Order: sequence, then structure tokens, then C-alpha cells
Amino acid sequence: MEKVPGKKFFIQHPKLTIITMVVVTVFGLSASGLSRENEVADAKNDNISQADRIASVAAFEKVYKVLMSPRCMNCHPAGDVPLQGDDSHLHTMSPVRGRDGKGVYAMKCSNCHQPTNTPGVNTPPGNPKWALPPADMKMVFEGKSARELALQIMDYNRNGHKNKTQLIEHARDTLVKAGWNMGEGRKPPPMPYNEFVAAWDEWINKGGIAPGK
Amino acid sequence: MIKLNINKKIYELDIDPNMPLLWALRDVIGLVGTKYGCGVAQCGACVVHLNGEAVRSCVTKVSRAAEQQVVTIEGLSADNDHPLQKAWLELDVSQCGYCQAGQIMSAAVLLKENKNPTDKDIDNAMEGNICRCGTYMRIHKAIHLAAKMQNKGSK
Repeated sequence: MEKVPGKKFFIQHPKLTIITMVVVTVFGLSASGLSRENEVADAKNDNISQADRIASVAAFEKVYKVLMSPRCMNCHPAGDVPLQGDDSHLHTMSPVRGRDGKGVYAMKCSNCHQPTNTPGVNTPPGNPKWALPPADMKMVFEGKSARELALQIMDYNRNGHKNKTQLIEHARDTLVKAGWNMGEGRKPPPMPYNEFVAAWDEWINKGGIAPGK
Repeated sequence: MIKLNINKKIYELDIDPNMPLLWALRDVIGLVGTKYGCGVAQCGACVVHLNGEAVRSCVTKVSRAAEQQVVTIEGLSADNDHPLQKAWLELDVSQCGYCQAGQIMSAAVLLKENKNPTDKDIDNAMEGNICRCGTYMRIHKAIHLAAKMQNKGSK
């Protein structure tokens, strides 16, 4: 094909331009689809029925009450110091998160928090996995609205890189379950553990839909 | 029987596995350098090293310490010549002295992991060690001095 000086490429080569556009679009859509394999759900997915959307949001309202209770939120603080107590005050002694979420130097979580609860009031609760989220993905609960928290949990890049299966499993994690056994004098989350797990599963399985606000 | 390795010495003790390590150290073995302060991991007086970490022995069960490496203030150095111990003496850090074993054991973990700690690093490492006499400023100075000694290879 002869080149005409001064004319733009797509005017000179209309067929080639159209083919290129089709190829780029197909590749782009494929890449987008691949990235969605790691997402919990696509809130804009039209395949989710209205009934499931309503049920999913209703389930998350229950989940949110648990996640914002001191037993969960205290280790998902907005800052780098964990919270403590039923009033979620800053942890006495000001231990800091550290890179891996397990504290720093002589102030590592497991220096006081044993593998099991220590008996007595005001003693450290225990679990072998005791930690905050790591510094590179803080997974903050404190201060988040229901919508903000739901979107964060559904976002693979903000939820600790968990896909749908891993999120479902997370509710069965021993550290999550320990929220209902935090030692003497600490109020448990506002519903039984099994009820929380059922609500968590329903929320995710019915689309992981975020509430409107 | 519980087998404890304390300061590189093996002790086989017929004690309850739930006994706090501090009790075993002080009341059973007789190593009284580690102090009882609050009993609930709030003050830091009872800090010892468990596999190199600054655990609070008042809430650490002997079952957790069994067959692990435990180091107390008595075993921190061969001749009381750890840079921190030398710096403590040089700057006359202690007042009543009750908390100081725990302070030094916590500071030792800091200096092991950070050869040149800033004041902020020292705060982050030492916030959990309370001193009723208020020797905090001297503790800060002594940790800086010990870091210099350590970096010069002084021991």
C-alpha cells in the first residue's frame, strides 16, 4: 500500500487499525477477567439477583457489628499502636506494630501474649498467632463505615491478598475464633461465633455486596 | 519433670507445668536477680530472654520454656561485662535498682537487633519497662553509650 505523506496512519491503513483495536480490546478484557479471579465479588456483577444482593447486605450488617467490636477492632487500629479493653483505649505501654505486625525489639506481642490466655483479670489474653496486620497492609477497621469496610475486605489488594476461598477460611482462623475466648473480664463480640460465621459466609457467597453507606 | 536450660545449665525440676517461669527461677532454682513486680506482664521487672526474646517470666509458664534457651540477668555475660552492664555502672543509672535487671534484659534485645538505636527506637523498645524512681533519662544515655561500646568491640 502506498504511503501518502501528511495523512495519519489510521486513515492510510484502516483495516490494520481496526484489527489492532480488536486485538487490544480482546487482550484487555482477558486481562481484566484474570485479575477478577482474585476478587471476592464484583459488586457491579449483574448476575447477582436482587434477592441475593439484599441478603448479602443484610448479612454484612451482622458481620460489621462483630468486626467493629473491641475484640476484633482492637487489633485493626487506624494507627500503629493496638487498642485495648472494652473501651478500645490505646494499649498501655504503647507497643508498636513493627514491619510484620508482631511488635519490635523487647516489645514483641508474644513477649506478654502467651499461646493461651493467662488466668485472672487484666492479664494478657493469648494465642500463638497474636499480631496486628503487617505494616505493608494494615487492614484498618477503626473508623471505617460499613460500606468502606466491606469494600476493603472485598478488595484483594487491601484484604491481605485473600481470594474468596481464603476469605471464607479466614472466619475459621484460630485467632479470629479467639475473639470469643479473650479471657476474664472482656466482653465477647455481640453475637455467638457460629452466627458470625454463618453471616460471614452468607455475605460472601451471595456476592460480597457492600452496603450503601 | 520439667527440663529447663537456664544460663546454659540444665535443671530437671518436679514442678507444675503451669508454674510461671519467674517462680521457678526465684523460688525453686534460687536465681533472684530477676524481680517480681506486678505479676501480670505490666511492668517489665521480670524480663528474661527466651530463645533471645525479652519475655515476661511472670506470665510465661515453665511448659513454654521447657527445653528452650533461657537467659537471666545472671547469665547475660560471663563477668558482668556486657556493654549495657558497663554503661549502667559508668553512668550510675540505678536508683533503687529494683527494675534494672528487667531494663537491662530488654535493652539487650534492642542492641542485639539494632546496633545504633535512636531515641525513638529506645522508646519503642523500652516503653514496657517501668521505673518508679524515674531513671529513664539515664537509661536512655546508658543504652546509647552501650551501643557505642558494642560497636567499638568493647566488652
